[in-house]
Amino acid sequence: MTSGGIGRSVSTWAAGAAALLGGTAAWANPVPNQLNMTKGVSEWSPYAMHMVALWVCVVIGVVVFGAMFIAMFRFRKSRGAVAEKWSHSTKLEIVWTVVPVIILIFLAHLATGGLTTFADTTGSEMTIKVTGYQWKWRYDYVDYKGKGVNQVGFMSKLEETSDRTRQLRSNLDPEKIQVDGYPTYLLDVDKPLVVPVGVKIRFIIVGGDVIHSWWVPALGWKMDAIPGIANSAWTKIKEPGVYRGQCAELCGQDHGFMPIVVKAVPRAEFEQWLASQEDAAKVEKAAQTAQAAPAPAPQG
Amino acid sequence: MAHEATHDHHDHHGAPSGFFQRWVMSTNHKDIGTLYLIFSLTMFFIGGAFAMVIRAELFKPGMQLVQPYFFNEMTTMHALVMIFGAIMPSFVGLANWMIPLMVGAPDMALPRMNNLSFWIMPFAFILLLSTLFMPGGGPAGGWTMYPPLSLQGESIAYTIFAIHLMGISSIMGAINIIATILNMRAPGMDLLKMPVFVWSWLITAFLLIAVMPVLAGAVTMLLTDKYFHTNFFNAAGGGDPVLFQHIFWFFGHPEVYIMILPAFGIISEIIPTFARKPIFGYRAMVFAIASIAFLSFIVWAHHMFAVGLPMGAEIFFMYATMLIAVPTGVKVFNWVSTMWGGSMTFETPMLFSIAFVILFTIGGFSGLMLALAPADFQYHDTYFVVAHFHYVLVTGAAFSIMAAAYYWLPKWSGHMYSETWGKIHFWSSVISVNVLFFPQHFLGLAGMPRRIPDYNVAFANFNMISSIGGFWFGASQLIFLGVVIHCVFFSKKKAADRSWEGAKGLEWTVPSPAPFHTFDVPPVIHDDELAHGNTEH
Ligand code: HEM
Ligand SMILES: [Cu+2]
Ligand SMILES: [Cu+2]
Repeated sequence: MTSGGIGRSVSTWAAGAAALLGGTAAWANPVPNQLNMTKGVSEWSPYAMHMVALWVCVVIGVVVFGAMFIAMFRFRKSRGAVAEKWSHSTKLEIVWTVVPVIILIFLAHLATGGLTTFADTTGSEMTIKVTGYQWKWRYDYVDYKGKGVNQVGFMSKLEETSDRTRQLRSNLDPEKIQVDGYPTYLLDVDKPLVVPVGVKIRFIIVGGDVIHSWWVPALGWKMDAIPGIANSAWTKIKEPGVYRGQCAELCGQDHGFMPIVVKAVPRAEFEQWLASQEDAAKVEKAAQTAQAAPAPAPQG
Repeated sequence: MAHEATHDHHDHHGAPSGFFQRWVMSTNHKDIGTLYLIFSLTMFFIGGAFAMVIRAELFKPGMQLVQPYFFNEMTTMHALVMIFGAIMPSFVGLANWMIPLMVGAPDMALPRMNNLSFWIMPFAFILLLSTLFMPGGGPAGGWTMYPPLSLQGESIAYTIFAIHLMGISSIMGAINIIATILNMRAPGMDLLKMPVFVWSWLITAFLLIAVMPVLAGAVTMLLTDKYFHTNFFNAAGGGDPVLFQHIFWFFGHPEVYIMILPAFGIISEIIPTFARKPIFGYRAMVFAIASIAFLSFIVWAHHMFAVGLPMGAEIFFMYATMLIAVPTGVKVFNWVSTMWGGSMTFETPMLFSIAFVILFTIGGFSGLMLALAPADFQYHDTYFVVAHFHYVLVTGAAFSIMAAAYYWLPKWSGHMYSETWGKIHFWSSVISVNVLFFPQHFLGLAGMPRRIPDYNVAFANFNMISSIGGFWFGASQLIFLGVVIHCVFFSKKKAADRSWEGAKGLEWTVPSPAPFHTFDVPPVIHDDELAHGNTEH
C-alpha cells in the first residue's frame, strides 16, 4: 500500500534535502524524508538555538571520535604498538573540564534569552482558550483587541476520511488523503482553529480530562494541557498558511488521532470570519432560547 | 595470590547436587548472579518481543496489526520490562558475580537476603505480565504512569504491586552490595584501589536506596487515589496531577543513572584490559561518577519543561542538567586517553566497549540538546527523545552488559566463547541498532510524536527503515543467545585463569571457571596485580 516505497521517494528525498539546505521553502508541515526541525512561522523560534547546539555537538563529536579513530589505528598491537605507562595528566584534565564549561555557558546564555522571550506573554492582542479532551480539542475565542468575543467556540477533531482509514485493517490508502497535494492523513481536522497573522496571540491551555499537549511544530513549542492548571504560551504568526500539529502527550487509546490545524489568515479576513461566527452564535442562541421558551399555542 | 586460597575448609564443599537445593535455596553469590543474568536475558527477549510488535505496527502508515489500546499496552510493558526486568537485574547479576571476586570477599555480606532479592523478581514479573491476559488488559498509560490517564486503567493495582516488589528487591540488593563493599574487602584492598566497576556499584546502590522508596510513595498515592478516595493527583478534589510528575522524576532521573553508572564501571575495566594500559585518571573517573550521581538529584524537572513550570524553575533545571555534561565529558575523554598510547586488540568485549563510548556519546549529545529548555519545547515527547534514550540505554547500558558478558564468560563458564560468532553478533548489532535508532532523530525533528500507533505518510520512509533495523537488531540478539549457550555447554576451548592477556584484578587470580567458593581465606594483595593498584594521582 502506502509505505512510500523507499525507491519511489527518491525525488521527495531530494525535495526534503533541498528544503533542508536551501531553507527558503516555507516548510512548516512535515515533508517526506524531512531531516531537520522546521524554522517555524512564528516570531519566536528555537530553530537557531537548535542549530547552534547541533553544530557544537558535531564539532565536539568530530574531535573526540577523530581522536578515537586515530588511537585505534595507531595504537594497535598488530602494528607493533607497545603500551605506554602514563595514566594521568593534570594539564589535559583541566583543559577538558574548563573548555566544556565555557561552551556550556555560551549555550546557557542563548537558551536563557530564548526562555525569557518565550515566557513573556505581555502585549498580546488576543486570547484563545484551548482545552484538550479525549480525543479532540476545543477552542474558545476569549478576547480580540481588548474586546470580549461573544460565544465563539467549537470542537475540532480528526476529519472523517482519516478516521475511517485509520481503523484496524480498513484497507484504505492513507496516501490518498491529500489537501492541495499535501498528504494530510491524521493531520487534518473537521474544523481548524482560525487565527490572524501579525497579531500576538495568547493561548490559555487546559486539560478537560487527562493530560494532553498542544503542539504545532511551526509555532515552535508545545504546552501541556493539564486538568486544573491554566498554562499560557504565545505566538505571532508571520505568514498566512495552514499549520498542522498533533497531541504530544499520551492521553489514551486515540492519542495518535487528535490532530491540530491552525489556519492563519490576514487580519481583515480573520475579523470578517470572527464577526460571522459571532453572528452565527447569536442566531443559534436565539433559536435555542425560542425552543426552550414555553411552546406557543399550536397554530391550528 | 593463589589457588590454595580458594580451597575451602568448611563443611560445604562444592555446590549442592539437588536442583531445588542448588538454585532455589541458593545463598551462593555466583549462583544467584547466574540466576539474575538468566532472568534478565529472558526479560530482554520478552521486552524485545513487545518492541517487535511496536515496530511491526509502525512499519507503514495505517493500522495493520493491533488496536491502538493494545499498542499502548505494548509501549508501556516494553519499557517496564526492559528497565526493571532486563537492564537493572542484569547489573545486579554482574554485581553478584563480580564484586566479591573483585574485592576478595568469600560471598556477599547477606547471602540469604540475596536469595530473597532474586526470588522476588520472577513473582513481580509474573504479576505484571499476567495483566496482559486479563479482561481490560495491561497498563497502557506509559511507563511513566502519569495520572489521570494511568488511573483509567483497570490493571493499575497489579502494576503497582509489581513495582513495589521490584523496589523491595532492588533495595535489598543495594543494601547487600553496600554492606559487601564496605565490610568484606580483603585487607589491602583500599577504597581507592577498588575496580571502577565496584565504585560505580557502590554509588549506584546509594542512588537505589534513595529513590526506590520515592517511586513506591508515588505509586502508592496512585493506588489510594484510585481505590481509597484520596485526591493527591486529582485536580477536581484539590490535588495536582503535576505533583505526580515531580515525584516520579525525582525517582526517574536518578533511575536513568542507576542504569548507566554500572555501565561506566564495566567499560572502565574492559578498555584498560584491551589497551594494555592503566585507566587514565582513575580518581577523576571515580569523582566523575560521584558528581554525576549527586547532580542526578537536582535535574528531574528537565522531563517537565513543557508542563508550564515558572521561568525560574526552567532556568534552574536547565543549568543543572547542562552541568552533567561536564563530568560525563571527563569520562569520555578519559576513556579515549586510556586508548591513546596503548597496545590495542579488538576482541568482542573491546568492540562493544568502543561502540559504547561512541554511541553513548551520541546519546549524550542529544541529551545536551534536550537540556536546552526552549529547544526542548520542540523535542519533548517526540521521536527525538526516543532516539536519545535508546542511544544511552541500548547502545549504552545494554551494550555494556553484552561487553561484560563476553568479558567475564570465560571466568564464569571456564570456556572461551566463539570469537568469530561474537564478532558477527557485534557487527550485526552495531549496524542494525543505528539503522533502528538514528532515523528516529529525523522523525522527531520533523514532528512525529512518540507513543503513537500510526502516523502521516510524510513519516513513512524513516519509520520503515527504523522497523527494518529493529527486526534485524532483534534477530541479531539470537546470535548472542547462541554464543552464550555454545560457550557454556559446548565450547571445547578451555579458558585460562587470566583469560585476557592484559586483564588485571583479583577475579583473574582464581581458576576458570571460578570454583563454587572463592577467597574463603582473604587473598594477599599485590598492588601491581590490581587493575588500579598504583593510582597515586
Ligand atoms: C549528558 C547526559 C544527559 C542529559 C543532558 C540528558 C537529558 C535528558 C532530557 C533533557 C530528557 C527529557 C527530554 C524530554 O522528554 O523532552 C531526557 C530524557 C530521557 N533520558 Fe536523558 N540525558 C542524559 C543522559 C541519559 C542517560 C545516561 C540515560 C540512561 C541511561 C538517559 C535516559 C533518558 C530517558 C529514559 C529519557 C526519557 C524518559 C521518558 O520520557 O520516558 N539519559 N534526557
Ligand atoms: Cu494525546
Ligand atoms: Cu533525566
